[in-house]
Amino acid sequence: MKSQLIGFLINFWISSSIALYFHSGEREEKCIIEDVPSDTLVTGNYKVQRWDIHKHDFLDSAPGLGMFVTVTTPSAEVILSKLYGPKATFSFTSYLSGEHIICLQSNSTRLVAFAGSRLRIHLDIRVGEHFLDETVVRAKDKVNEVNFRLEHLIEQIHHISKEQNYEREREEKFRNISEQTNSNILWWAVAQTFILISIGIWQIKSLRDFFITKKLV
Amino acid sequence: MRGWALALLLGALRAGGTELTFELPDSDKQCFHQEMERGLKFTLDYQVITGGHYDVDCYVEDPNGRTIYRETKKQYDSFPHHTEVKGIYTFCFSNEFSTFSHKTVYFNLQVGDEPPILPDMSSRVTALTQMESACVTIHEALNAVIDSQTHYRLREAQDRSRAEDLNGRVSYWSVGETIILFVVSIGQVMLLKSFFTEKRPGSGGAGT
Repeated sequence: MKSQLIGFLINFWISSSIALYFHSGEREEKCIIEDVPSDTLVTGNYKVQRWDIHKHDFLDSAPGLGMFVTVTTPSAEVILSKLYGPKATFSFTSYLSGEHIICLQSNSTRLVAFAGSRLRIHLDIRVGEHFLDETVVRAKDKVNEVNFRLEHLIEQIHHISKEQNYEREREEKFRNISEQTNSNILWWAVAQTFILISIGIWQIKSLRDFFITKKLV
Repeated sequence: MRGWALALLLGALRAGGTELTFELPDSDKQCFHQEMERGLKFTLDYQVITGGHYDVDCYVEDPNGRTIYRETKKQYDSFPHHTEVKGIYTFCFSNEFSTFSHKTVYFNLQVGDEPPILPDMSSRVTALTQMESACVTIHEALNAVIDSQTHYRLREAQDRSRAEDLNGRVSYWSVGETIILFVVSIGQVMLLKSFFTEKRPGSGGAGT
């Protein structure tokens, strides 16, 4: 009974088509950037439809249509690269904090995409939320509404705290860049003034010696 | 028990939001579509994080094709709206005015109101217990904190992007200027020397 409910809840989330959608070419790769702190669960849910030239509409299910989902970490390492069906949920946990790039590309093997062939991709990405925790919490017998809601609030607080730590790291990086720029400017200004003066002296000396040898002075 | 879980899920689906960050190449346009009911309030926030002059064009169309919002070269904006027609709303970001800078754009579409943390709050006859009201207050406060954190995160990303640009520019310009300095000064001396070095014999140059 519980597993049926889990299945129902997940299915409900997947099949509800209230999500945002956008169009893309058949072989085009569309990427989304997610800037997340470390140890954060990112869940994505998508549905893809293909344009049917005969019915002039987007078909709900095209056989053999799948999407390659590729997730790249800030250190350019690929942590997820799998082929999913036309409707799927994928998730990954970030172990580095930074910009992760989630790319979707269809596995369509048509060599020449004829005019009007497009894909409609419904996409929803959630950061730091756990949908399956409901069943874990409700497995305990003494659970009431407020208790469950408190768990949700505690999770939100943890997420906020992680984001703040990440923010502190980034601010430090930002401050380093600013200080580097500042010292760069100062150092170069001093060096260029020195070069300017010494080159000026060299020029005058060199010209004077030249004119003396030429017996003009 | 099961009833309220379902009600919560339904409530969450009636309301909800999507936030995405994507890269918009130069001379390109990216459109998003969302189906919405009539009489809903939605808010579209967007901000350009990196790229060029940090600005983008944006327009929103209702299901009848009428443009309900259009702005050009905006760095960030927030657009609230009450839907009057049921159907598919389109909003597009355009970088067509730029020829070589691709932009990273963040947008957040918030549809409907935030679902209440206690699902059957509105239908309750008795007053909320202290625990429950505390939960509600905390939830609202946390939502405000998360919104404000997102705002600061985006601002920081944009400022850091500008600082990195500045650092790069200072380094390149300094090196370039030093090279130009050497080339020009040595060139000047060589040129002057060449004026006074004649190939004809016996000529020493001008002078009385």
